[in-house]
Amino acid sequence: MTETGSGGLKVQTEVRGDAVVVKPQGEIDLTASPVLRQALKQVQTSKPQVLVVDLAGVPYMDSSGVATLVEAMQIARKNGTRMALASLQDKVRSIFEIARLDTVFTIHPSAEAAIGS
Amino acid sequence: MTTERPEIRIEMLSNPLYLSGVREMVAGVARRLLFTEEACGQIALAVDEALCNVIRHGYGRDPDKPIWINLIPLGGVAKPGESCHPTEALKIVIEDEARQVDPGTIKSRNLEDVRPGGLGVHIIRAVMDEVRYEKINNGKGRGMRLTMIKKRVDPSPEAEGAGGTECCGGGGGGNGGGGGSGCPGGEEKGHD
Repeated sequence: MTETGSGGLKVQTEVRGDAVVVKPQGEIDLTASPVLRQALKQVQTSKPQVLVVDLAGVPYMDSSGVATLVEAMQIARKNGTRMALASLQDKVRSIFEIARLDTVFTIHPSAEAAIGS
Repeated sequence: MTTERPEIRIEMLSNPLYLSGVREMVAGVARRLLFTEEACGQIALAVDEALCNVIRHGYGRDPDKPIWINLIPLGGVAKPGESCHPTEALKIVIEDEARQVDPGTIKSRNLEDVRPGGLGVHIIRAVMDEVRYEKINNGKGRGMRLTMIKKRVDPSPEAEGAGGTECCGGGGGGNGGGGGSGCPGGEEKGHD
């Protein structure tokens, strides 16, 4: 497991078989989204089969965080990586619903469910 | 400066480092004004998105420019010693000294086009009841004003039972930043 981060956001990365689970911890706003973007880009250089972003530790996300995940999804599609989101808290889920991205992303109740799907 | 007298007026620099603190402050005030927990989160989100737009597009990420955030409760608030007086709505006015743009060009983008960015205006319009952009007429040719209004809606009985806002009762459920009943002079029940 590796951990990166600065300011209020820490990002753990864990390899589980063919899957890589990225776990940000903290609020994702304009200050923190570059930290997540960097972590995701680093993980995506290895073109994993499955990429799960576990958002259990994220109580708040703004549109810059959403944009970061959209960008990661576009890279995943290009790489042939299956990308999923997991464990969204209500406030975070609502911003995906407002942006009508809740049907664009594959969302699972847990990282385990996302890996096993 | 907005012509109405704000009850809270904050000047911040355009450094994204301070967004978190402003979100907590705005949500905390809305909680005290008896907005539901969901509405407090929406108000904080709208303010965050508005400030991000000023920082990124208005000031081109220059972190040393001024932004003013004005909070104006509509319909009155409880004064110290008064009985409960829920606010009807919260008006938030955000002003800057950034380059002026035609308010008609500030629009939500087509959400069918899935791409990073450009969601802020859509989010603000989705969660607030009224949104108005205008140029500040100060003779300097710089500065935009965004006025947003969120109406207060009484929580459903289910939400109250689950710890939602209740006038001089259970108080907001709170998720940090200091909950409270919104009754400055009254008794607070059900709190430590």
